[in-house]
Amino acid sequence: MLLDSRKIGELEAKAREIRTLIVQMLARAGSGHPGGSLSSTDILTCLYYSVMRHNPKDPSWPDRDRFQLSKGHCCPALYAVLAEQGYFPKEELGNLRRFGCMLQGHPDRHTPGIEVCSGSLGQGLSVALGMSLAARIDKKDYRTYCLLGDGEIQEGNIWEAAMAAAHYKRDNLCAILDYNGFQIDGRVSEVMGIEPLAEKWRSFGWYVIEIDGHNMAAIHKAFDTAKKIKEKPTMILAKTIKGKGVSFMENVVDFHGRAPTGDEHDLAVKELNRRRHA
Amino acid sequence: MPELLYQRDVYGKTLAEIGRRSPDIVVCDADLSGSTRTAIFAKEFPERFFNFGVAEQNMMATSAGLASCGKVVFASTFAMFASGRAWDQVRNTICYGGLDVKIVATHAGVTVGPDGASHQALEDIAVLRAIPNMRVIVPCDGPETREAVLTAFETPGPFYIRLGRAKVPSLENKPPFSLGKGTLLREGKDLTLVACGVMVQPALKAAAELLENGIEARVINMHTLKPLDEDILLEAARQTRGFVVCEEHSVIGGLGSAVAEFLSEKHPARVLRIGVRNRFGQSGDEAALLAEYGLTSADIVAAARSLAV
Repeated sequence: MLLDSRKIGELEAKAREIRTLIVQMLARAGSGHPGGSLSSTDILTCLYYSVMRHNPKDPSWPDRDRFQLSKGHCCPALYAVLAEQGYFPKEELGNLRRFGCMLQGHPDRHTPGIEVCSGSLGQGLSVALGMSLAARIDKKDYRTYCLLGDGEIQEGNIWEAAMAAAHYKRDNLCAILDYNGFQIDGRVSEVMGIEPLAEKWRSFGWYVIEIDGHNMAAIHKAFDTAKKIKEKPTMILAKTIKGKGVSFMENVVDFHGRAPTGDEHDLAVKELNRRRHA
Repeated sequence: MPELLYQRDVYGKTLAEIGRRSPDIVVCDADLSGSTRTAIFAKEFPERFFNFGVAEQNMMATSAGLASCGKVVFASTFAMFASGRAWDQVRNTICYGGLDVKIVATHAGVTVGPDGASHQALEDIAVLRAIPNMRVIVPCDGPETREAVLTAFETPGPFYIRLGRAKVPSLENKPPFSLGKGTLLREGKDLTLVACGVMVQPALKAAAELLENGIEARVINMHTLKPLDEDILLEAARQTRGFVVCEEHSVIGGLGSAVAEFLSEKHPARVLRIGVRNRFGQSGDEAALLAEYGLTSADIVAAARSLAV
């Protein structure tokens, strides 16, 4: 089912709100990962607002679609989406990374909406595979989604999972690669090249879709296509911009793992508000 | 003669037994299902068995995903790979979340024999015992393996159960198994022998030899290393002169360490450790290896004598 332009406009507006929340929570926390949070915002917004079957009032509903954030360091984006959806009070976002508070620096299962802990990279695709196999055993029709980072797929565990998901023909499993091209030490292509990506995933037995990861209609269409693929898992290679939405953060590697200062926060929020009213 | 059993045979059969009564048990292996005997379960319940090939990291993290959907997952491979190859997955993805994954590893210790050092896990207890939420059981024989597996199935949260490769004699007249409760196998007022796994039988043999020399050694089968039975240790510390702790594992971080850590804080006592002393294993037959690494009843007797003097 394709989205009409009104719905797409709503999703885009929601994504801008999520981006503002991300900037606010990271500035307040004083540490964290804005770059990848902002690059994955449109994907997460689309998933939780128009693709996944879930119920924020019942996070353990057995028939819910599963989501595993394998690139756990981008949890500010996920936390903002979960809070906006009502999984927990929005006030919690102000306590990100604070001692004694719920929202940990990397996802923890005690947070409503988080299925399995992540943060140590390379393991989430396996976790999602496990969820997808459980659906097969239980004869349930829920789908499993997993968001990966591009630097993250340098981990060997990812390719073990890629092999196994194809071997077990997990067509209820859909992974998304947030392909923003940067990792902590610099450009992915310079630190440890991962191309040719589409060929790699295809050769591992996956159905591959390549999209612009900031085009809401394209993101939605890719998830829709993935639902129709039979006998193999789907990898959506989403080309994104690190720090997307805040001009001075875009494609700046420093913002992989540095929170905005107070001034940067003010500038960023102003810019996001301006876009909202544009 | 006592019955000789492979612990892993008992493990495979117990999995199948649980499979018949619970639809929630799922078993995973990494290309060693014939050796770990998970193949017994796989044959009866193919739809609930997953072989992940030679990919232990993926097996452990996938097990976590299965467990998050309400499955009780038994994941098996050799002790070396379960503890070493996939430690990060076990710590961060299974244990941090307290997920229902029971790691049952076989082929632990030097009694793996001819395969040599690369396959003889001697550090597995040390590295897995250190992880919060993890419970550790080292059964001494076939029947105790069954009890440990059933207990792990019935008790929520992660477990590490360590089994050997070789056949082991079943201990006769053993008190019933209870998680976290060491079993008193023999009374004694002079000193205490604490053992787990394949070292329980040599400890009993040593106690019998010591009695011939007028030394009454108490013998405790400490099948659960974590949580450690502190009560039984405190009582022994008060009533006897010292401890000899026996394990087929490095003296660094295993049962000997666990006992010494506890006693040094709560009731300082002399603790001598029988175990592998900062060495790798090597190829050989079981008897030769146990002798080479100081894991025989004679080694226990010698240590006990030095305590009794």
